[in-house]
Amino acid sequence: MANHDITLQKTPLYTLHQELGAKLVPFAGYEMPVQYPLGIKKEHLHTREKAGLFDVSHMGQIILKGEKAAQALESLVPVDIVDLSIGQQRYALFTNQDGGVMDDLMVTNTGEHLFLVVNAACKEQDINHLKRHLANQCDIHVLDDYALLALQGPKAGEVLAKIAPESSEMRFMTAKTLMLNGVECFVTRSGYTGEDGFEISLPNSQAEALARLLLADDDVEMIGLGARDSLRLEAGLCLYGHELDNDISPVEASLVWALSKARRVDGVRAGGYLGAEVIMSQLANGVSRKRVGLKPQGKMPVRDGAEIVDEKDNVIGVVTSGGFGVSLNSPIAMGYVPSDYAEAGRELNAMVRGKKVPMQVVSLPFVKQNYYRG
Amino acid sequence: MSNIKYSAEHEWIQDNGDGTVLIGITDFAQEQLGDLVFVELPELGTEITKGEEISVIESVKAASDLFAPVDGTVIEVNESLEDEPELINEDAMANWIIKVELTDPSDLDDLMDEDAYNALTEE
Repeated sequence: MANHDITLQKTPLYTLHQELGAKLVPFAGYEMPVQYPLGIKKEHLHTREKAGLFDVSHMGQIILKGEKAAQALESLVPVDIVDLSIGQQRYALFTNQDGGVMDDLMVTNTGEHLFLVVNAACKEQDINHLKRHLANQCDIHVLDDYALLALQGPKAGEVLAKIAPESSEMRFMTAKTLMLNGVECFVTRSGYTGEDGFEISLPNSQAEALARLLLADDDVEMIGLGARDSLRLEAGLCLYGHELDNDISPVEASLVWALSKARRVDGVRAGGYLGAEVIMSQLANGVSRKRVGLKPQGKMPVRDGAEIVDEKDNVIGVVTSGGFGVSLNSPIAMGYVPSDYAEAGRELNAMVRGKKVPMQVVSLPFVKQNYYRG
Repeated sequence: MSNIKYSAEHEWIQDNGDGTVLIGITDFAQEQLGDLVFVELPELGTEITKGEEISVIESVKAASDLFAPVDGTVIEVNESLEDEPELINEDAMANWIIKVELTDPSDLDDLMDEDAYNALTEE
């Protein structure tokens, strides 16, 4: 019954998804697997217990090359890129003039260039943004013919080490070029589920063979976007278009940890990125709203878009992501509330179909992160 | 003659023969919805009107409305679904959601039999 729109793009794993019985849905211009016959709950739990393989080839992979690439990229992100050591990866944000977030991304210094991974829905905009601002300072190359696989979960390290023993030396947020299944792959130890894991970039033509090799391991199951979303929500991670957008600043999004010291007031390279004045003023003076974790009472999920009301029924905020924390067997959500209401333990209500659902502000993440820090 | 009929909104309606029916969702519907995490059970005594929303069924991904296939009054709800909505995933036909006293038993004549419903879902 899926509407197979011919304008939708397909990833190199499309045939494999079909073979595995995936339910395919349009997502960010691609026909993507939302779930497999296992179902979202079991896929979610499998990733938390063993290892899940995700096709994230729809995401944008971009290379910035040139002596001044790091310096150039710093004009677009409030993050220290110049001092990013070789083999290190960092979370960054493209900001706009008003201090809002255009997209969030991962940046790795490979030693030869900077490797960027950006969101699928934002990649055209990001590429144009990079070209507009940096084209005269560095080479910008889009890896259109590269797939991206994410292997996530407590068994991910063990699984990958069977294929490439040297992967076990990698720590969270580091990168290495590894030979996997006879193919040179660019691998980072990172992901977006809160678990230990890897993201593997490799040529499209080789992706299916590697996916099949990884799936041949008893500990690995293919996991769809449905579980990817419930896993990242439990991990308390932002999703662009939900917790982050052009009108939300990194300070409001509770991403102050991502704003490098070197780029803050009194830092060695303070400011110099779009919206720096707004963001630095917010760091100094605080913000009026903040992203928080929310735990609805009872079993009914509170979805994104639900209004948050105070004890006098005044609308004070909105839920930006909400669903079911499968590992917790309870509904969970994230949203924005006035800073005065942001402390853990605060009781609030969400309006769902005209009914008040009591919720409590809780600290994030909902599920303890399990990154491999050596 | 089966005493089970079907609505175009993917509900099954079991005629108890005493002016009451049990209403659940079909296996096709549970399959489409995926893993259920919450079933909103209406209050006893709620008057339902054909075509209008009775309650909401939530899967991990999304919320979906349950529409009334008949006019009537809710006289019982399946409370086991409060803690175990996944029972519907396990056996949709065995796990009814509400029991309704019909306002007009002839409402059942407008519903589909199994063959007609199967034809609908195979389209």
